[in-house]
Amino acid sequence: MKYAISDALIITKRQLMLLVRVPEVLIFSTIQPVMFVLLFRYVFGGSISSGQPGGYVQFLMPGIFVQTVAFTLAGTASGVAEDMTKGLIDRYRSLPIARSALVFGKTLGDSALNIVVLLVMGVAGFIVGWRPHSGFFKLLFAFIFLLAFGYALSWIGIFVGLTARDARVVQNVSFLVTFPLTFLSNAFAPTTGMPKPLQYFAEWNPVSTMVAATRQLFGLTNKFGVTAGSYPSQHPMIMSLVYMIIVMAIFVPVSVRTYNNSAKKK
Amino acid sequence: MKSVLAEHLIKTYRKGHVRALDGLSLDVEEGTVLSVLGPNGAGKTTVVRILATLLVPDSGNAVVGGINVIAHPEKVREIIGLSGQYAAVDETLTGWDNLIMFGRLYHLNQKQAETRANELLERFSLTDSARRPIKTYSGGMRRRLDLAASLIVKPKILFLDEPTTGLDPRGRQEMWEVIEELVKGGVTLLLTTQYLEEADQLADDIVVIDRGKVIARGTSDALKRQVGGEQLEVVVDHHNIQATVEIVARVSGAKPVIDEGLRQISAPVSTGAVALIEVLRSMDGAGIHPLDIALKRPSLDDVFMSLTGHLAETEPEVEMTKKRRGRKS
Repeated sequence: MKYAISDALIITKRQLMLLVRVPEVLIFSTIQPVMFVLLFRYVFGGSISSGQPGGYVQFLMPGIFVQTVAFTLAGTASGVAEDMTKGLIDRYRSLPIARSALVFGKTLGDSALNIVVLLVMGVAGFIVGWRPHSGFFKLLFAFIFLLAFGYALSWIGIFVGLTARDARVVQNVSFLVTFPLTFLSNAFAPTTGMPKPLQYFAEWNPVSTMVAATRQLFGLTNKFGVTAGSYPSQHPMIMSLVYMIIVMAIFVPVSVRTYNNSAKKK
Repeated sequence: MKSVLAEHLIKTYRKGHVRALDGLSLDVEEGTVLSVLGPNGAGKTTVVRILATLLVPDSGNAVVGGINVIAHPEKVREIIGLSGQYAAVDETLTGWDNLIMFGRLYHLNQKQAETRANELLERFSLTDSARRPIKTYSGGMRRRLDLAASLIVKPKILFLDEPTTGLDPRGRQEMWEVIEELVKGGVTLLLTTQYLEEADQLADDIVVIDRGKVIARGTSDALKRQVGGEQLEVVVDHHNIQATVEIVARVSGAKPVIDEGLRQISAPVSTGAVALIEVLRSMDGAGIHPLDIALKRPSLDDVFMSLTGHLAETEPEVEMTKKRRGRKS
C-alpha cells in the first residue's frame, strides 16, 4: 500500500485541524497539568522532603511530565470512541485507504498535541523555578523519551476507545487506570515513605521507571527505599523502553485488528 | 447487468441468538434504484454494511460491480459510495475541511480535491455554509454534506442507508430532489428506508424485508396490485345512499361496504377508470350528485400490513438497542 503513510498523515492533519478549530481542547489539556504543577509546587511541595538540590520543583517536574503524557491514553480513547458513536469510523472503513491509516494517524495526531502540551508545561515549570541542568541534548532526549511513552500509551487508548460501549464511559475507565498508576509511583513523592509492599509495586510501575528515567536525564539522582538495588531502580531507562516495546508489541496489532473488525455499535 | 448481487446472506449476532439476516437475496440492475423497505430491526442496515464491506456475513455471497465483496473488499471500496444513517462527517471541522480531507483520502491531489469540493458544495447548495463548522448545520444540510462526501470520486454504485430518517419534511424533500438528480446521472442506487412513501417516490424496484428475509419484491405498482385491485369510493348525501349502493354494486359486481357516518360507499373494481366513468354516468342519469368520488390504490402501508400481518412501525430502534445491550452486558 503505497498510500499507507500519506493516508495516515492526512488523518494526523485532521487531528491537528481539530486543535485549531476547537482550541478549548488544547487549553484544557494544558490547564490541568499546569494546575498540578502549581498545586504540588506551592501546596504540597513544602511538606514533601525530596532531598533534591534546587528544591521540590526539580523533583516534581519529571513526575508531572510523565503524568501528562500518561493521560494521552484517555485523550486518544475518548477521541476514538466519539468517532465510533458518530459513525465516522464506518465512513473511514468504507474508503479505499489502508486499514492501518486511521489508527496510525490518530496516534500521531495525539503525539503532536503532546508536543505542544509539554512545551507549555516546560515554560510553566521554568516560571515556578524548574531549572534542568543536564544540557540541551539530554533535555531534548528526555522530551523525545516522554513523547515515545505517550505514543505507546495512545495505542492502548485506541483499543479502549474501539471496544468501549459508550464514549462517556471511556473517560472514566481511562482515568481509573491512569490515576492510581501515576499516584502509586515516585512521581510526586519519594517512594521511601511508602509501606514496603507498596514500594515494590511502585518500583515496577512503568510510571515510576519513566519518572526515574526522566529525572536521570534532567541530571537528578533518584532515591529509593527498599527497592534501591532492583533492576528497574538501577536501569529505569532500559526498563521504560522495555515497557514501551511490550505495550506496542501487544497493542499495535491488537488495535489495528480491532479496528478492522470494528462495527459501529448502535 | 447486475450491479449489486446478494445471495443467501446470513448474519447472526450474539452467537446465533439474533438472526439479523436469514438467507436474504437481492439484486440491483445497473442504473436502477432498488429500495429495501422494512421496519426497524428487519436487517436493512446489516445488508448495506455487508455490501459496503463493513461487515462479513456468516455465509452467502455478495458481488458489487462484478467484484466479490468478501474476497476483494478493498477493490469494492474504490467503486462504491456509502452514506449511512448518521451524518458521518467531522462536526468540529467545516464542510470544506471535511470534503478536502475525504478527497485527499480518496487520493486526489490538493487541487483536484478543491475543485471537486467546490463542485459538490455548489451542487448540494452548501457553498454559503462551506466555511462553517458542521455542528452549526441543520440536519438536512449535514445529510447533504454526508452524501456529498460519499460522491467525491463519482461512484457508479451508491448505498444510502435511511437517507432521510430524522429529517423534517422540508429536509426530506430536498434530499429526495438531490437523490433523484443523482439517479438521472446514471448511478446505481440501493437505498434503505422505513418510509413507504420514500420507496414509492424514488425506487424502480422495491424489496420488502422483514426479520432478515425478503418477503416481497416488485415495482411499487406490482406490490400494490398484489394486495388487491383498486377501490372505488363515493360519498353522497344520506338520502342518496341506497340508490348509489345499487349503482356501485352493479358496476363492481361485489357487495359495497357502506359507512353511514362518512356517507361513503366503497367497493373493489377491476376496470379502474372505466368503472369510475360508468358509476358517474349512472349517478348522473339518476340525478345524484356525488360529494366526493375517488379511485384509491392501496398504499404501501396496506402492502406491508397484508404481507407481514403487522404494521411497518414495530419497535422503535432505541428501545431495541437498549434491550440488546442489556442482554449483552
